Amino acid sequence: MIKIQGVYKSFDELEVLKGVDLDVKKGEVISVIGGSGSGKSTLLYCINGIEKIQQGNIIVDEIDVHAKGTNRDNLRQRLGMVFQQFNSFPHLTVLENASLAPRIVKKLKKKEAIEIAKEELNNVGLSDKFDEYPTRMSGGQQQRLAIARALAMKPEYMLFDEVTSALDPELVGEVLDTLRMLSDAGMTMICVTHEIAFAREVSDKIAFFHQGIIEELGTPEQVISNPQKETTQKFLSKVLH
Amino acid sequence: MGMSLFTPLSWNDSGFILTGVLNTVYISLVAITIGTVLGLAVGFLRAESNRVTNTLLGGVLDILRSVPLIIQLILFSTYIGAMGHPLNPFAAGSIVLSLYTMAFMGEVFRGGFESVPQSMVVAGRSLGMSYWQTVLYIRLPIGMRAVFPSWLGVALSVIKDSALVSVIGYMELLRTSEQLISRTQQPLEILLGVGLFYFIISYPLSLYGKYVERKMAI
Amino acid sequence: MEYVFHWNIVFQKMPQLLHGAFVTLHLSVSAMLIGIVIAVLLAIAKMSKSRIYSLPATIWVEIARNTPALFQIYMAYFGLGALGIHLSPYVAVLSALIFVNAGYLTETFRGGFQSIPETQYNASKSLGMSSIQVYRYIILPQMFRRIYHPMTNQFVWSILMSSLGILVGMNELSGETQRLQSLSFRTLEFFIVAAIMYFIITKFVLLSASLVSKKLFKGDI
Ligand SMILES: Nc1ncnc2c1ncn2[C@@H]1O[C@H](COP(=O)(O)OP(=O)(O)O)[C@@H](O)[C@H]1O
Ligand SMILES: [Mg+2]
Repeated sequence: MIKIQGVYKSFDELEVLKGVDLDVKKGEVISVIGGSGSGKSTLLYCINGIEKIQQGNIIVDEIDVHAKGTNRDNLRQRLGMVFQQFNSFPHLTVLENASLAPRIVKKLKKKEAIEIAKEELNNVGLSDKFDEYPTRMSGGQQQRLAIARALAMKPEYMLFDEVTSALDPELVGEVLDTLRMLSDAGMTMICVTHEIAFAREVSDKIAFFHQGIIEELGTPEQVISNPQKETTQKFLSKVLH
Repeated sequence: MGMSLFTPLSWNDSGFILTGVLNTVYISLVAITIGTVLGLAVGFLRAESNRVTNTLLGGVLDILRSVPLIIQLILFSTYIGAMGHPLNPFAAGSIVLSLYTMAFMGEVFRGGFESVPQSMVVAGRSLGMSYWQTVLYIRLPIGMRAVFPSWLGVALSVIKDSALVSVIGYMELLRTSEQLISRTQQPLEILLGVGLFYFIISYPLSLYGKYVERKMAI
Repeated sequence: MEYVFHWNIVFQKMPQLLHGAFVTLHLSVSAMLIGIVIAVLLAIAKMSKSRIYSLPATIWVEIARNTPALFQIYMAYFGLGALGIHLSPYVAVLSALIFVNAGYLTETFRGGFQSIPETQYNASKSLGMSSIQVYRYIILPQMFRRIYHPMTNQFVWSILMSSLGILVGMNELSGETQRLQSLSFRTLEFFIVAAIMYFIITKFVLLSASLVSKKLFKGDI
């Protein structure tokens, strides 16, 4: 379970998160929607401890992410993350991309790491690309590689930050299919996304983010079909035209 | 105190030093100008010509870039001397330095010509321009602008390399100061002055090059 | 006037010329290796936020890049001599080449480092890698590819510039050629052979570098 309690975060003068509370239970899929610059990415970075917070707590499976003694490198093994930019490692093959972290972080034997990587790559439909270099693949393929790379660490939770935003429209579907597959398999996920239809379909809860706080939180029915707050209504009318 | 064999640096030497400065500037400008013109021609030829010409031309340029300048200078001046047509150090130095500059400029300009997208040339032709008009009005201006920082980089290295022409007896700044050093026995002061001169010319230009490069990157 | 070439004397002196070539290689390899180590430190210093570190690094880099190599060799040989520091021709040329190599390579390393997007760091971190692992497996290998080519060029430059040893009476290829020709007065012959040797050395270096890079770097960046 991930517990986010009263989190404040600023970059120098700029206050980005202004008291965020959110609980994510095992097996839940939560989609975070909201305008650009509202702090959605920052929240994900704070959850896996890449960014520090100024106030509040983030607890992942009883571990306080931002406490002094926490080994965040260890913690991040439980939290897979996929980014808007594909962030493939361009100097490694697809298989090396996916097997590196299991090998050097989890210290698995090379053979074992490769087995796991192959399995995850098969699941995202990249079984014919093991020896390819990522820069020669489409954005959709690179993004699926990024998902498989994160899954090869066998994380408990997955954080997705607008993983389809940098894709050509015809490639969005294949990546969303992969996310759907994951949610069907029971993965606990936080998805920052602009794909409202997708969010409504797969999410247990939707959080509408506005100016550093969660304005509205509820089932897709509540937040998307019957938004209570004016800001939510405005946002939705813009993205749903 | 008896008469010293060495006489310290004095204001009387300023004319001598100035000659050295001017000669350095002079031969650098000559080499950069001729090297740029020849480099443009060579770069254009290399961008345009077939494999055979390209390989031959590339081979010659390669030699100019793979043999130390100082050896080229010595070889050339010895050769023309041995053939019975000795040239004065300025002429011999200018020829070698210009060809050397051409070899580097040629590569720079070739890159420039090749960086112009074919679609722009096609667009020009579709407006009724002739082949040479597309060269003159499209490829030359666009390609040259793209490589300006590299051109400046080569030009700056030519100014610094011009110091080597001193080995064949040209009275540029470094040779002037060598003579002053042997008379005054004040190597440190004189050399620092020489270094400062080069720095004052080169540093602002290199800053300008970086500035242009940054502006073009955006 | 017809010049008659006499090659015999040059061939007789081949062992000495080859020894000169060896000294040239020795000198430029040393200048490169030491230059690389210093450049790494200078690049780190130059990227530091504190001016106490970045300013001296910047000064080093700019002097190295904006003054002639010949000036630097004279400084090391005659200039330091005036301060009572007497360097042998070998050490003087070596120090000058190290100075310049370090200056240029600092900028190469810094550019290479800054060309790796920060997102690569975050992505690696999110997989649980420690900072050291991120550098070891992700950042440095990518950086190495980008600086490989400029580094090769810098090495070739070192080989060519080591020929300035001739001016301080060093025994590398050019200096040795100068000495040998002055004994026999076959100036042209000796310098033609020296030119060919430089050409072969630089071509050999460039060719091996490109072969190695094909072996080393499989993916494109
Ligand atoms: N590393 C950073 N340093 C400074 N400001 C940042 C940084 N990252 C994000 N910001 C700022 O924080 C705000 C929220 O950014 P972000 O979390 O990326 O928003 P979102 O993902 O909702 O579009 C923006 O104003 C952004 O400019
Ligand atoms: Mg974002």
